Amino acid sequence: MAARGCGGVWCRVLQRGPGGSCSASRPRRAVACNARGGAVPLGQSGLAPWAAVVGLEIHAQITSNSKLFSGSQVQFAAPPNSLVSFFDASLPGTLPVLNRRCVEATVMTGLALNCTINKKSLFDRKHYFYADLPAGYQITQQRVPIAVNGSLSYSLCKDNKMSQMVTKTVRIKQIQLEQDSGKSLHDDARSQTLIDLNRAGVGLMEVVMEPDMCCGEEAAAAVRELQLILQTLGSSQAIMAEGQLRVDANISVHHPGEPYGVRTEVKNINSIRFLAKAVDYEIQRQIKELENGGTVLNETRAFDSKLGCTVPMRDKEGKQDYRFMPEPNLPPLILYDAKSLPANVNHQQVVNIDWIHERLPDLPSVKRAKLVELYGILPEHSFTLVNEDGLMDFFEDVVKQTQMKPKKVIGWILSDLLSHLKQHSLTAKESPISSFLLADLLNLLENGDISSSAAKQQWAEMLDGLRAERAIYTQRQMKCSTWSGGERIAVVETDPTRSASRVDGVFEELWKGEGKTPLEIVKEKQLELIQDQEELEQICQAVIDEREKEVMAIKGGNEKVINKLIGLVRKATRGRANPLLVKQILEKKLSE
Amino acid sequence: MKLECVPTVSELGSISILGQITNISAALKEGQVTPTELCQRCLALIRSTQFLNAYITVAEETALKQAEESEKRYRRGQPLGELDGIPIAVKDNFNTAGIETTCASNMLKGYISPYNATVVQKLLDGGAVLLGKTNLDEFAMGSGSTDGVFGPVRNPWSYSRQYKEKIVPRSDSEPENSNWVITGGSSGGSAAAVSAFTCFAALGSDTGGSTRNPAAHCGVVGLKPTYGLISRHGLIPLVNSMDVPGILTRCVDDAAVVLGSLAGHDPKDSTTVQDIFQPFALPSLTDVSKLSIGIPKEYHAPGLSSEILAVWSKAADLFKNAGAKVVEVSLPHTHYSIVCYHVLCTAEVASNMARFDGLEYGHRSDMNKSTESMYAATRREGFSDVVRGRILSGNYFLLKQNYEDYFVKAQKVRRLIANDFVKVFGSGVDILLTPTTLSDAVPYVEFIKEDNRTRSTQDDILTQAANMAGLPAVNVPTALSGRGLPIGLQFIGRSFQEKQLLTVAKWFEKQVQFPMIQLEEVKKHDNGVLQHQKSASFS
Repeated sequence: MAARGCGGVWCRVLQRGPGGSCSASRPRRAVACNARGGAVPLGQSGLAPWAAVVGLEIHAQITSNSKLFSGSQVQFAAPPNSLVSFFDASLPGTLPVLNRRCVEATVMTGLALNCTINKKSLFDRKHYFYADLPAGYQITQQRVPIAVNGSLSYSLCKDNKMSQMVTKTVRIKQIQLEQDSGKSLHDDARSQTLIDLNRAGVGLMEVVMEPDMCCGEEAAAAVRELQLILQTLGSSQAIMAEGQLRVDANISVHHPGEPYGVRTEVKNINSIRFLAKAVDYEIQRQIKELENGGTVLNETRAFDSKLGCTVPMRDKEGKQDYRFMPEPNLPPLILYDAKSLPANVNHQQVVNIDWIHERLPDLPSVKRAKLVELYGILPEHSFTLVNEDGLMDFFEDVVKQTQMKPKKVIGWILSDLLSHLKQHSLTAKESPISSFLLADLLNLLENGDISSSAAKQQWAEMLDGLRAERAIYTQRQMKCSTWSGGERIAVVETDPTRSASRVDGVFEELWKGEGKTPLEIVKEKQLELIQDQEELEQICQAVIDEREKEVMAIKGGNEKVINKLIGLVRKATRGRANPLLVKQILEKKLSE
Repeated sequence: MKLECVPTVSELGSISILGQITNISAALKEGQVTPTELCQRCLALIRSTQFLNAYITVAEETALKQAEESEKRYRRGQPLGELDGIPIAVKDNFNTAGIETTCASNMLKGYISPYNATVVQKLLDGGAVLLGKTNLDEFAMGSGSTDGVFGPVRNPWSYSRQYKEKIVPRSDSEPENSNWVITGGSSGGSAAAVSAFTCFAALGSDTGGSTRNPAAHCGVVGLKPTYGLISRHGLIPLVNSMDVPGILTRCVDDAAVVLGSLAGHDPKDSTTVQDIFQPFALPSLTDVSKLSIGIPKEYHAPGLSSEILAVWSKAADLFKNAGAKVVEVSLPHTHYSIVCYHVLCTAEVASNMARFDGLEYGHRSDMNKSTESMYAATRREGFSDVVRGRILSGNYFLLKQNYEDYFVKAQKVRRLIANDFVKVFGSGVDILLTPTTLSDAVPYVEFIKEDNRTRSTQDDILTQAANMAGLPAVNVPTALSGRGLPIGLQFIGRSFQEKQLLTVAKWFEKQVQFPMIQLEEVKKHDNGVLQHQKSASFS
């Protein structure tokens, strides 16, 4: 019994709740993962488990100066109906003229998603009456789209553990070019609808994914990877909050080995986090419905982010017949490659697939591999660097400007910087601490001006405590971050050479962004290490004098207790003591 | 009807103002007549022939302004070309900025477009004077110019001496004007406007014969160019894949002149060809011996009048006697074109008409219960039964369950029809010679006995195959019928071979010496002009 649709190594199998009845308060039912693929009955009930099948249709607005078939400008949040050409308003007699840029962006996206690019694709009309669809039809590519048969690999963490990442693949059925609709604003109080046609006719790429996913987390991870690819290519800004990336999820549940169940389509999902929630909610809802003897209707549902559930969409009731027809005003879209390119052709008039292929930038997967190879960082760290907007560039800038090894720099970037950024909802590009300043700070550290690498061992114990604190903090951050994918910030092995409190002190000062250099802050706050041997010896002596009990223990052979004394010296110096030096002094004094 | 402002022929000088564009253009250059005089003359004729109902809108004010501008150019000695100062008319399904564009529909009554169709713009850029917008069947759906909200167009030949001499009163009880005949359609307004000398050229549109059919009935030249040669941008579509702007003129040379100003790639219409179009003047053929004229046997269609058949045969003999090779050819899929056209036309109509929802422009019903009820009421009030009927059948053919059985099949048949032509032209035939219509124009009272659909299917039979195949075709007035009405023949050429097509048409035109219309009704009001008209020579 193989779970179709869970083609990867790992899938989520959904199981009947304990005793067959479920408590309504717990939306999540018994869920199990099977590491080898294939659904295996779980639990004591002995009934076949449920498997969910999730497919996605993703509309990405193409980044372009003008619309797909008209010269109107494309701009988010412009005054209503200020970006509308005669064609966009469907004035009689107007004709579509295909925007070359939109074609190139879609070809680029198709190539990045391993698609076959159709050298000849066609446009069709899809008819339905809606107030924000002025022509009464949408121009799309139903019969022969521009790109077909691709795939997208994405990774996600198993059991929320960053160290256990699995890579999965979803097949891309097709990518088609189509027009966006306008926007309707329903004013229920005055019972009228206001129409804004600024968006009408903006170029969209519809990416149709095969139902190869089986839970919200997979869908979310796949969409996040697609988003990164689109942003890397520049083919779409893909900002979900601005509607540049819209995801519709087709969801069904069935018992593995049996035909797919009736599917529902969930719309109105405007963030990746909500996508995961919506898909999981809908899966659970369908299971509950079926287990209670009900049926799943083939319907369109909307995700209500406030209530965290899906509800039927009233205006999408009933089956639509879109009466597809070839678009007679657009000739077939012909694309060329180096072989088929006719001689003496005006290069402004044609799109050359090979030319675009040669100019594809490094995709996120390649970037990650390069980071791992170049800097010796862990694969999961490369994920965070690439998945967080601008973080990779920031990291690389810091690495260039510091002697500190990249492996150590990554800790600073992923724990300190990123958590601060998340706390303030900022991207790396908006960081108040520039890569230059952070590099400067790390250089101080590296030069031993504020710490010493030899202190590693002695500080280990203390840092453990610090790490624990930070882990809690980081988790908290994750929960309120807008990105949903889960564990992108895993707690990074903190570099023990960091004399944490003082460096953090500098970090905090830098964060305030008062324009001081790390060195200035160190001086001002008297954070530099105490270099005066005599002063340090006096402090150590004072600690020894106060702690007769611990001294006895050490002298009695329990050498570990010396760490406590080191800690006390550190406290007395407000962390300004070089731990290695302190240890030497203490050992010397205790052996006297 | 007051015509005091109209200058008499003697005032204009002894020039053939009713002749060809080339002649009048020379007269304008020489200052024998001014654009303003010419424009006023045409406006006066429009007024005096108002009963024809050829025009929906007469843009008198802007026309006079345009004429004035033209006059300035002539005075400076810098006319824009052969069309500068030439009065023209445009079918009311082409967008004209600032002038109402109605499609003879309640849906667009009062609609003023913010832009000019490319063909209109090109004419204006060439200095032409736009007199007004001509009548048609609603949204060009018809073959009589009888089914528009502004009423039927009357064929000027109904008022000709030629017709009146032959007509036997139907009965004493019937009023005299019940004998008037239709213009054919759907570009009947344009054909009537040219035929009645109210303008020198007019734009029509041709989807299944809408330019050639009324041209034949009104005794004028009607050219349907190759699909893709002339921009459709701004032409309110009937069937996008078959629509072509048509040219109606009084002689073949004029059609070539107008074609020269209109043809060529338009960045606003992706279906126009990229190739650069070279305007041409037509040579006067003296030798047709190298020509191969094909006579497609399928055009000997059921319902073809014996009179037309005789004219057709005579024309074939004319070529044969002049040394041309005349061969019978077969276009075996011709008789499937009617049903095929019906499916493709209604499907595109259903799609194209979807935009008329009352929201952005055009008629909007007062019904405001819901958006859907507003749509329904708007479309019910805005469209005629004919339009609604076509929308309904088109949507039926496009339903998922029917698409393969109707639309896809029709497209396949269309391909077969187009291939018929490819084969015939591939066999060495240069031009096809066919009748344009089954009979001469019928009286309105007869015509309306059958419904629009039946009539359209009958009347388009000889013309629509050229639209299916995208080929250029031209109607050349050939002879008068026994009733004194025009009979036209159609020449169909190879794709983009307009020059060859029109050269042959011109030779034929010269041979047949089609008689001038003698407009009795107009004569009553404007004796001088028509006296002159009689002596006008078109050879």
